[in-house]
Amino acid sequence: MKLLLVFPLLIPLSTAILCMLTWYNRSLQRSLALLGSGALLVTAIRLLTRVTVHGIQAVQMGAWPAPQGITLVADLFSSVMVLVSAVIGFAVMLYSLAHMDSGRESHGYYPLFNFLMMGVCGSFMTGDLFNMYVWFEVLLTSSFVLIALGGERAQVEGAIKYVTLNLISSALFLAGVGILYGLAGTLNMADLAVKIPQLGKTHLVTACALVFLVAFGIKAAVFPLFFWLPASYHTPPVAVSAIFAGLLTKVGVYALIRVFTLIFVGETSFTHSLILVVSALTMVTGVLGAVAQNEFRRILSFHIISQIGYMIMGLGLYTVAGLAGSIFYIVHHIIVKTNLFLVSGAVERCGGSFELKKLGGIYLKFPLLAALFLIPALSLAGMPPLSGFFAKLSLIQEGLVLKEYLVSGVALVVGFLTLFSMMKIWHEVFWKDAPVGAAPLTARRQESLAGLLFPVALLALLTVYLGVGAEGLFWLSQRAAQQLMHPSEYLAAVLKR
Amino acid sequence: MEGMLAVVVGVLYAASFYLLLRPSMVKLIIGLGLLSHAANLLLFTVGRVTRVNPPIAPVGALAPVEPFANPLPQALILTAIVISFGVLAFAMVLLYRSYQMSGTDNLNEMRRTDS
Repeated sequence: MKLLLVFPLLIPLSTAILCMLTWYNRSLQRSLALLGSGALLVTAIRLLTRVTVHGIQAVQMGAWPAPQGITLVADLFSSVMVLVSAVIGFAVMLYSLAHMDSGRESHGYYPLFNFLMMGVCGSFMTGDLFNMYVWFEVLLTSSFVLIALGGERAQVEGAIKYVTLNLISSALFLAGVGILYGLAGTLNMADLAVKIPQLGKTHLVTACALVFLVAFGIKAAVFPLFFWLPASYHTPPVAVSAIFAGLLTKVGVYALIRVFTLIFVGETSFTHSLILVVSALTMVTGVLGAVAQNEFRRILSFHIISQIGYMIMGLGLYTVAGLAGSIFYIVHHIIVKTNLFLVSGAVERCGGSFELKKLGGIYLKFPLLAALFLIPALSLAGMPPLSGFFAKLSLIQEGLVLKEYLVSGVALVVGFLTLFSMMKIWHEVFWKDAPVGAAPLTARRQESLAGLLFPVALLALLTVYLGVGAEGLFWLSQRAAQQLMHPSEYLAAVLKR
Repeated sequence: MEGMLAVVVGVLYAASFYLLLRPSMVKLIIGLGLLSHAANLLLFTVGRVTRVNPPIAPVGALAPVEPFANPLPQALILTAIVISFGVLAFAMVLLYRSYQMSGTDNLNEMRRTDS
């Protein structure tokens, strides 16, 4: 069943096309989109089980053999990423059905959402660098329209910053691809992994690696390239910011991990140490930026940045255990961060605002919502027994083993500051009394709250499960990291040697 | 030839970064356009500029006549041009919409989402 690898791309594509064909029938679009994300979820589960049982799967598009044709590859890392994206896609789709306004729905929200999912899955599964550029553009273009859809003034302003910086990053990525092609004469990632060490031009390759580091660094929002993120993520509707917060920066992290474990491994003492320094700085600036914020979603946006630092810390350590920690962290973070954004939307529906000053007293009126905030919030800060604790534990443990005391210390302190930030939200939004003159809740709004809380509860359960049953995911990330650190299986699957 | 193209690529990059750093929206658009031109020309140059046979097999033959040019860089550039064209068109509409809403093309006045 080689077609299994194509399905994660075909399902969102056909869903998007069907949604466009039923443009004027909003309720049909809603059912189609829900069906599509459900089908993607099922396929992703099947893909992961297949890769776990049978090893790395590769399929050549158009049956052209590997270096010439375009390859789709699913190793454990990419299939885990596809699965967690599908989970998030499904949860956010459920949320959108209850949350998205009819104006955006009838102007193409569902087709765009599916194109975005296609781009995300494509970037995770491609085995060719130029093809990755194309998938990046697919997901970027749909995200450009999604972020601007609705055309509110803040949205347009955020979109300009988002679009500009992402276009610059794409141009750099393209330039890097070009230089690499000029050096090695191939763009197939497995083929590059074979040919780059034979070139002997270590310094040229390292210079090229830095172009990629900057290009993917902008997408992943690492220090000092993150400024577009907190300027734009809080402007679109909550469902859109939630899917962006969960997936888009992580595509950048995925790309970083992929190229810096497969292709650019010639001078790890320089490149990966640089990544380690960047990761520490990213953690610190992100969390300190969050302290200064007073808007729910802006606080969360800054926390995305600080968490990106943890994710690339494992890459900087460049050991099996470090990368396993990174993969665990990415999975944990995608679920938790999306969930927090979804909670912010439910809070906005109850309290009528994202500003901490205008909110308050949610705990008294909606204890369930408060509990559902607390689970992902504590997980984000790394409280046991939730998933964040094990994610941080594995990274910091490996940092200490490798005697990288500084970055491990930073990771610990940043965990505390994250807790501080989450407690600030807890206190301001849920615990303190409602401010005088706060808008009272109308009956219609209260009714639709159940539809918002269902996906939130689903993701919260998943967080608890990943914490209590961390061993399963940990085993999976360990095996995925082994495949990344010893790419011989990957090369064999793609190049058929 | 490569040397000259390298200089052109450098000038394009310099000009685009200069324009991107200006506060005007129009210059931002032109800067983004030049940036993608620079990347495309870079791809073209590093893909080796050669004066040989076109990579098309003559009638009856199975392969092009050696030595033939490498068609891949052109294919990559073509893809990149189409993508950047579409994205730039979107960016232009976005900036125009922003100009309509705010009545200014000064990017320095866009601080609403920063704090």
